[in-house]
Amino acid sequence: MASPGQPTHCTHGLRLDYIMSRKTHSLWHFHGGLKLDGKKAISTQRPLLKAKLPEQLILPVQQHIGDAGKPVVAVGDKVLKGQMIADNTSYISAPVHAPTSGTVTDIADYPTPHPSGIKALCIVIEPDGKDQWTELKPISHPTNLSPVELRQWVRKAGIVGLGGATFPTAVKLNTGPEASIETLIINGVECEPYITCDDTLMREYANELISGCELMQHITSARHCLIAIEDNKPEAIAILQKRITEKSLHNIEVVVIPTLYPSGGEKQLIKILTHKEVPSDGFPSEIGVVVQNVATAVAVHRAICLGQPMISRIVTVTGEGVMQPQNIEVLLGTPIADLVAQSGGYHEKASKLIMGGPMMGFTLQTDQLPVTKACNCILLENTEEQAPQPMPCIRCGACATVCPAQLLPQQLYWFASSKNFEMVQDYHLFDCIECGCCSHVCPSQIPLVQYYRFAKTEIWNQERERIKSDHARIRHDLRQDRLEREKKEREEKLRQKKLMLEKKKQKEAEAAKAGKEPEVDPKKAAIEAAMKRVQDKKAAQSSDSKPSSKQPE
Amino acid sequence: MSILIAVITLAIISVLFGLLLGYASVKFHVEGDPVVDKIDALLPQTQCGQCSFPGCRPYAEAIASGEAAINQCPPGGEVTMLALSELLGVEPIPLDEEHDKIPEKTVVVIDEETCIGCTLCIQACPVDAILGAAKQMHTIIEDECTGCDLCIPPCPVDCIHITPVKVDQDTWRWPAPDSQHTAPMA
Amino acid sequence: MQFKTASSPHQIPHNSVSSVMYKVLLALIPGTIAMIVFFGWGVLVNILLAAVVALASEALMLKIRKRPILPYLADGSALLTACLLALALPQLAPWWLTVIGTAFAIIVAKHLYGGLGFNPFNPAMVGYVVVIISFPKEMTQWVPPLLEDYTLLTFTETVRVIFTGELPLNYTWDAVTMATPLDTIKTQLGLELSINEIATHKTYGSMFGAVGGFGWEWVNALFLATGLLLAIKGIIDWRIPAGVIIALLLLSNTFALYDYASYTPPTFHLLSGGIMLGAFFIATDPVTAATSTKGRWLYGIGIGIFIFIIRTWGGYPDGIAFAIILMNMATPILDYYTIPRAYGHRWNELPHQHKEQEDES
Repeated sequence: MASPGQPTHCTHGLRLDYIMSRKTHSLWHFHGGLKLDGKKAISTQRPLLKAKLPEQLILPVQQHIGDAGKPVVAVGDKVLKGQMIADNTSYISAPVHAPTSGTVTDIADYPTPHPSGIKALCIVIEPDGKDQWTELKPISHPTNLSPVELRQWVRKAGIVGLGGATFPTAVKLNTGPEASIETLIINGVECEPYITCDDTLMREYANELISGCELMQHITSARHCLIAIEDNKPEAIAILQKRITEKSLHNIEVVVIPTLYPSGGEKQLIKILTHKEVPSDGFPSEIGVVVQNVATAVAVHRAICLGQPMISRIVTVTGEGVMQPQNIEVLLGTPIADLVAQSGGYHEKASKLIMGGPMMGFTLQTDQLPVTKACNCILLENTEEQAPQPMPCIRCGACATVCPAQLLPQQLYWFASSKNFEMVQDYHLFDCIECGCCSHVCPSQIPLVQYYRFAKTEIWNQERERIKSDHARIRHDLRQDRLEREKKEREEKLRQKKLMLEKKKQKEAEAAKAGKEPEVDPKKAAIEAAMKRVQDKKAAQSSDSKPSSKQPE
Repeated sequence: MSILIAVITLAIISVLFGLLLGYASVKFHVEGDPVVDKIDALLPQTQCGQCSFPGCRPYAEAIASGEAAINQCPPGGEVTMLALSELLGVEPIPLDEEHDKIPEKTVVVIDEETCIGCTLCIQACPVDAILGAAKQMHTIIEDECTGCDLCIPPCPVDCIHITPVKVDQDTWRWPAPDSQHTAPMA
Repeated sequence: MQFKTASSPHQIPHNSVSSVMYKVLLALIPGTIAMIVFFGWGVLVNILLAAVVALASEALMLKIRKRPILPYLADGSALLTACLLALALPQLAPWWLTVIGTAFAIIVAKHLYGGLGFNPFNPAMVGYVVVIISFPKEMTQWVPPLLEDYTLLTFTETVRVIFTGELPLNYTWDAVTMATPLDTIKTQLGLELSINEIATHKTYGSMFGAVGGFGWEWVNALFLATGLLLAIKGIIDWRIPAGVIIALLLLSNTFALYDYASYTPPTFHLLSGGIMLGAFFIATDPVTAATSTKGRWLYGIGIGIFIFIIRTWGGYPDGIAFAIILMNMATPILDYYTIPRAYGHRWNELPHQHKEQEDES
């Protein structure tokens, strides 16, 4: 454990040549960071396990950032493995597929892994046990296809960033017409303690990973591709380097970087490898970089070369609270309880269930939740001790020393806790990546990250409310205008009518004065004529008593 | 003699400052009354009239002219009051006891079984969020409803009910940590 | 099965305010022992007295302010304030001087400003300034360091002097107390003696020691050593003491080179008085110091400059307390203008500049 007093001081722009790399690649440092106890060996002792088929799969229609999918199946439908079950035509969205063949038994709100514990729309599938694939259309020569076509395949396969952000990969691979991509970075850093799913994936699926890299390099037209791995994963480094040498690929390179949390953060990794910084309001592609997770690369390979959509992922089940920590390859939608059961069950003292790692993951109240695309790790902690009561901030500045975004966490804390949401944004709250370094070193044990999350969601809420109130103001104004207009119209009508009556009176008066017969109003004459006809007709009817006369006279 | 110099000096100074003030009033002349717009922008635009003014804009005008206090907006709650106090540089005034915390956002729904289609609620709605015609069943456009509850009193059959706005995963907010004794405002 | 919920990060941190405070207290011990050896039991009596008063005032204020008493009392901050103040007071200062200084430090300078973390001025230094301004005579009751022709008072004699003001038989105030080396130099320079003449003077020469005043040089050396240890461990920020020492060294060197006879030599500046205690232990109090990296450099340098100015031209023998309080005042502005550039931002996107641009438009 790194004490706050010993944060790894990193001099800006210090160049390090790291010897372990095949070709020596220049590395730089990002500001701050922490040396943490990796605790990776806990879950890498056992081989990768393929999870058993569960009794029920619960698939949230939204497992990505962007617009939620809409179910395209109905309750009672039979679905095949790999069949699309939810989609949305919106650009930033990703479809969901059936992870196995079976029957849709329900489409309703179920609890999904989310810090709020609020339910969300899910499609429930009961597997039939046949695990029968839908018709797959692999592409034999993907390089013959254009990047646009390949991106369509990636989108149709429902691939999202598997590092945890779950941003739709097809969107991220679309770097726009102007951007020229220099570097494709494949992120195999996995800097958070406990998590080993990417490590396992790199060791088990090295060939698929390299194929995925080549495909994504083709899609983004990147000049070269760097696979970044922390030096605490020597096996994965060795395997990948061997495969790359065997295939004599010259523009894919494994870069070994020193273990330092949070090197796996996209912006931090770009800084380490290129010394460039992503503009605060921009995207990596603006500085010629695209970053993708290793698991995403494997998913892209499967989508294009095998035609398989994203229906499973590797999950690390680890921590002191589980009996047999290990990595499991699991179908999406499998309940977390099943994974724990297949890992020897809970330790008797297990008290905290975390999705993700100890630094950035969020706690879950129950294990009756499905594995989603974002779920890289299930961490069980035994901590009995209560969270310490925070002390006042003593302004020691340890948080600013470790902040990888070079923010002033202490100032952010003042403004967030006093609900000064304007100032908190001036101090770049939205550049905070919520890595947790500041909270980790805080001697006063202030839950800093929670303050930032609170402030962020409050600001988003204020923004929503502002939009809503602007909208209401417009509607209110329009209504006022309408009422005003209607009132005016009524008054206008009344005025016209009065005017007309007056004119008529005047004319009659004039006519009387002139001593002439009052001029017959043609309208009035017509009405009188019609009434006369009706009277005549009535008279005729009563005298003739013949009801058949239908003809006009 | 010295008195004369003093008088002349002061006269020159006063002329100079007079010119400066005159210049400033021309140069920095303000068109219209932007304060009313700024106040109006902070109000929640529910148009509910609970402030005793007919809508948010009239209330904004009343605040700007000093006729109304800044604590008369129940839907805006403390947040709006503090924002107004910040904008206008006046001391915050506590809200009435029943409105001292951030009010829960609500909308109304029409019980469509009971509705007789009298259109009274449509006439009451300040933002035209009710859809319907005479003798036809009415319905609320939930996205447009501001939760002002003005449609409830006119309804002859009491078929309009208040419901809280449903919080989903996207609109959920992280709670503030318990900051007793440690936060700067404590 | 229901699980506990919390916000990340989930690993419970092992650092705490009290561990920081106690480590600093621990680092004070060697220098304090040296002070007891050279200046007698009065040092220890002062510390004990100040500690009792500080803890009592802290408990009282916490009770009045309805704060949990035990966690705050145990955090060590009141104890640290007491020790720093006690070390800065003359060894034979009357008991009520220590009591007033400490109580003022805790009650007014700390708690009336909001308690731990909210006080803008260093409480120990505020306490010191209050007593030096109010009771200048008592503040001169410094014991001369252990010299050949002089024996220190025993423990019981010391306690008696401090609490009753009665000296043992055969002693006079003039015999047991004397001006500090710094004060002496200042007075004698004022009498138009040169540094050389003072150093070889038959009365004052002996108190000069090797470099920085007999006894004082050892005390300072020990505070420097443990202070460096704290800085290496990252418990205090090394930039503040570095700034103080560099500024003081540069200024005193410049003036000594300009006129050796009339300005105190740099070595004397650095190893006399409470420089090391002030630079490593008092100025580094995080609550009242600047927080940004650059701000801390400026803060330290500012303290160094003020110490030199007050020592050379001011009316008080040592200026550490005033220098620190003056720079405490400058802390908000230092922090405001030394905000680091955030990742992905250009320099001109700093919060305050952003604000100014808004105001202009």
